[in-house]
Amino acid sequence: MRSLLLVLPLLIPLSTAVLGLLIRRKPHLQRVLATAGAGLLLTSGLGLLVSVQQGGIHTVQIGAWPAPFGITLAADLFSAIMVVLTGLIGLAVVLYSLGSIDPQRERFGYYPLVHILLLGVCGAFLTGDIFNLYVWFEVMLISSFVLMALGGERAQLEGAIKYVTLNLMSSALFLVAVGVLYGIAGTLNMADLSKTLRSTPHPDLAMAPAMLLLIAFGIKAAIFPLFFWLPASYHTPPVAVSALFAGLLTKVGVYAMIRVFTLLFNPQAHGIDLIILVASGLTMITGVLGAVAQNEFRRILSFHIISQIGYMIMGLGLFTPISLAGSIFYIAHHIIVKTNLFLISGLVFRLQGSYHLKDLGGLYRKHPGLAALFLTPALSLAGIPPLSGFWAKLILVKAGLEVQQYLIVAVSLIVSFLTLFSMLKIWNEAFWKSAPEEHLTSLPQGNRLALLLPVLGLATITVWISLVPETLFSLSEQAAQQLVDPTEYIRRTLGD
Amino acid sequence: MEGKEAMISLILSTATRYLLPLLLLFSIFVLLRGHNEPGGGFVGGLVASAALALYSIAYGVAAARRMLRIDPRALIGVGLLIAIGSGLLSMARGLPFLTGLWVERELPLLGKVGTPMLFDVGVFLVVIGVVLTIIFALSEE
Repeated sequence: MRSLLLVLPLLIPLSTAVLGLLIRRKPHLQRVLATAGAGLLLTSGLGLLVSVQQGGIHTVQIGAWPAPFGITLAADLFSAIMVVLTGLIGLAVVLYSLGSIDPQRERFGYYPLVHILLLGVCGAFLTGDIFNLYVWFEVMLISSFVLMALGGERAQLEGAIKYVTLNLMSSALFLVAVGVLYGIAGTLNMADLSKTLRSTPHPDLAMAPAMLLLIAFGIKAAIFPLFFWLPASYHTPPVAVSALFAGLLTKVGVYAMIRVFTLLFNPQAHGIDLIILVASGLTMITGVLGAVAQNEFRRILSFHIISQIGYMIMGLGLFTPISLAGSIFYIAHHIIVKTNLFLISGLVFRLQGSYHLKDLGGLYRKHPGLAALFLTPALSLAGIPPLSGFWAKLILVKAGLEVQQYLIVAVSLIVSFLTLFSMLKIWNEAFWKSAPEEHLTSLPQGNRLALLLPVLGLATITVWISLVPETLFSLSEQAAQQLVDPTEYIRRTLGD
Repeated sequence: MEGKEAMISLILSTATRYLLPLLLLFSIFVLLRGHNEPGGGFVGGLVASAALALYSIAYGVAAARRMLRIDPRALIGVGLLIAIGSGLLSMARGLPFLTGLWVERELPLLGKVGTPMLFDVGVFLVVIGVVLTIIFALSEE
């Protein structure tokens, strides 16, 4: 039963994609299949989460080859939470795509590609083998390359070139790091690596792969100074794709960073935690200042992804159980909120035909409901109490104060204030000021439900986290506990 | 296309007639010996798609598509399904995904047969599908 639960989040998107490939010529069937697949993925993720919470860390040795020789899949609470979030965002984006993706892209296999992307993301969260992690990264990246370029619009191709180049470079660094690690430790199983690296006679040697991995994952997670590919590309594909990327892809980088720097390397040795903290502060600041200078809805949101990544790795840099719990809470809150904001920018585009703030306006008067839907995630992103972002920041600030890192706490508070400024800018320009021209249309009747349902659903979840933060917080706390003390992870992977 | 049809060489098309069945047979030989000797689905698939690519050079892409009968993209899907299925068989027995299951007795010619060979057949089809999709698309440009 356990081994089934671990494999299902991979089998469901894979089977959905393969079946979708076989019924490429039947768009109606494809849509039903894609929605069902995403729904099942969410369900299986929830099943895994419940099971992991009750029964501890789950592992399965694929092909019954014993660890550390075969490939291990392992799910601790952190992995399980991430898989649930992947299912949730997958479902929201597929629903939104039903109402917004053109038949051209559908014919070229849009839905199978989305599911392959989800497969890669789930695989990265569930694998217990560092080379296998690389493979899942590639699965995810290759499908994202195609999704980014699919449609072949001019701006899209330009964005795709930057995106592909930088990400390939990061993959190359990752691969080199894996090679060096194998040279040092003679194993690729992460639990086994964790054991070997702790007792290696040359701990300094392990610094080389550690730094290479920090840079490789840093590029994927878009931390300072490696973030510039993100705002250059995320606003170019259709909004459903942007939302999917914004929600999930950078967070896979953050996940890998947290996994590697809790399980494999001890960040408190050699001052890695200081490097991470400095990078996190600079990431927050550059991201938020970059956003101030922007006047395009999706570009503002893209820069905010960067600044928010800073908060997530701040928790890793502080490296206490509570700060890691803060990071996990932050990731969960952020994925939901950021995807929602991108989806809403798509709704605004549908209504007014532009992403440029100067062309927008008057939405509050014509669509007060949409305005409220925007305000919920926007204020949550800025961290206004009692919304989910407030709790996430509160945990991190508390963790920072506990270990007397006052500087990073101050930075995080200032950046949070600037985020509010940015969100209010969108609010003023798009919703509050009077419309520059009267070209307000209403959402098309036919696919209204498909467009509004995911936005409403994600907003509801944000409100739920805001009102009952204890549920998610206690989950994050348990997950952080498993990260800080990996003995259980190692024992379950390698056996006694 | 007209220009290309005119360039068909008699030598190439005659040689292809003899090479095609040989290459296809050889690809299956490579596929079958794969699970315990050098070979396997990937190489076998490459050999088979080389045979079909040769046919498409000699007689044109349209003729090659007609001979293949099935869209190469469908081959990718079918191959992947077979590969997934080979992994699921072991789960039905309560073993981890992709565990190899073998028949008890050796079969004549084939030797020991099991789910890894089924997986290889899946890989074989996926490789043919992918390579031919690319080659056909490029030569139809």
